Amino acid sequence: MSELILLSPLDLGIASALILLLALLSWRMRLGLGNDLMISGARTVVQLLLVGLILTAVFEQQRLVWVVLISVVMLLVAGREAMARQERRFAGWWGFGVGTLSMFVSSFTMTLFALLAVIGPEPWYTPQYAIPLLGMVLGNTMTGIALALDRLTQNAWDQRAIIEQRLMLGESAGEAVRDIRRHSMRNGMIPSINAMAVAGIVSLPGMMTGQVLAGSPPMEAVKYQILGMFLITAGTGFGTLAAVWLGARRLFDDRQRLRLDRTRLRSE
Amino acid sequence: MLKIRDLSTAVIGPLSLTVAPGQCVAISGPSGAGKSLLLRAIADLDPWQGEIFLDETPAHAMNAADWRRQVQLLPAEPQWWASTVAGHFPPETDVDPTLLGFGLEVWQWPVQRLSSGEKQRLALLRALARRPRVLLLDEPTANLDDASARRVEALVADYRGQHQAMVVWVSHAGAQRVRVADSYYEMDAGQLRQEAE
Repeated sequence: MSELILLSPLDLGIASALILLLALLSWRMRLGLGNDLMISGARTVVQLLLVGLILTAVFEQQRLVWVVLISVVMLLVAGREAMARQERRFAGWWGFGVGTLSMFVSSFTMTLFALLAVIGPEPWYTPQYAIPLLGMVLGNTMTGIALALDRLTQNAWDQRAIIEQRLMLGESAGEAVRDIRRHSMRNGMIPSINAMAVAGIVSLPGMMTGQVLAGSPPMEAVKYQILGMFLITAGTGFGTLAAVWLGARRLFDDRQRLRLDRTRLRSE
Repeated sequence: MLKIRDLSTAVIGPLSLTVAPGQCVAISGPSGAGKSLLLRAIADLDPWQGEIFLDETPAHAMNAADWRRQVQLLPAEPQWWASTVAGHFPPETDVDPTLLGFGLEVWQWPVQRLSSGEKQRLALLRALARRPRVLLLDEPTANLDDASARRVEALVADYRGQHQAMVVWVSHAGAQRVRVADSYYEMDAGQLRQEAE
């Protein structure tokens, strides 16, 4: 097997010139993307370097408490991000809580399941396995939940007259919002279903690419990628299911009234 | 008996109103007075305080969906979501569309073809198909010509007589309230005031 080629700071500097070039082009064409590009690019560098430092330390320590701490931070950041992506979100703590709780239940269960029942490292919380697995499942679940909740609240707002009309005719809240719930579920799940369908043909998934670049034999990378895909899809599916269920309940009160006053636009 | 005691929401009340079985109460008043909000509160679509009883059963003791099926609100702008008219009715409905001037082919009509007047008339049939004890009608003839309005009035009167149903009828037209109602109320700034017969 060939030796792993190490990247120097200069190599990364050359790569960053591409982002700089894109930003310059955006400023010239007044696309309004230049600043975002630069800020996000800088965030990538700083955040990943920090993560590298932290992971190096954690991998040396092999302590459960560090793994738990990092997992909680990842969860909270993902929860905030999922909320930020919704145009119309639940007011107050619910805006953060619905997505975060759903993500917690599904992503952590999936990761624990993979660690205990599938991979079986020793000890089970070995950070080299636990943290990348959780990160992968959490990142995709976050996207699915954000898409589904965005669709749920937006559709409920757009179709509020129809939902209330169905309530007037004596339908339960669950019946009145059933179609919207289904569409929201689909919206959250379609990206991961599509990703499974085109995996390896249209795109080499990121995790597998990383492993191959780092020198793993392709078949080993493929096996981990298959595991990853299944975990991602299951995590996204269960997480989206939980979020849509919780969200659809929150749209109605104990008398099954549509309570859009419990939602806020991002700009409000 | 529909009995409302000290009903208030963020905007209307407190007000009280009693409708006896078979009775029709008309409510009129300037727009913005809170007539539609009153009907929404009675149908339990908006949060409210106070007491509402249907035949001695308090609203809160009944499942909310059951309450709304029995206390049907017919809104000023009824909504249609399924592709055909029939999709909005219970499968074994016995309401007769010919009573409102429709042929039996109306069941298969696509809803996007309906005029606002047709929507309003069919919405009344749709509400009656649920066999409500109380009908809350929000200007149910606003988009109708005289002949159609009379047919709607007659259908509601028949239903009221046959089932001892209670009707709250919000109407702007003075002549109509005399035709349809037994007692009259004026609503202004969220308050209800009974008027002489």
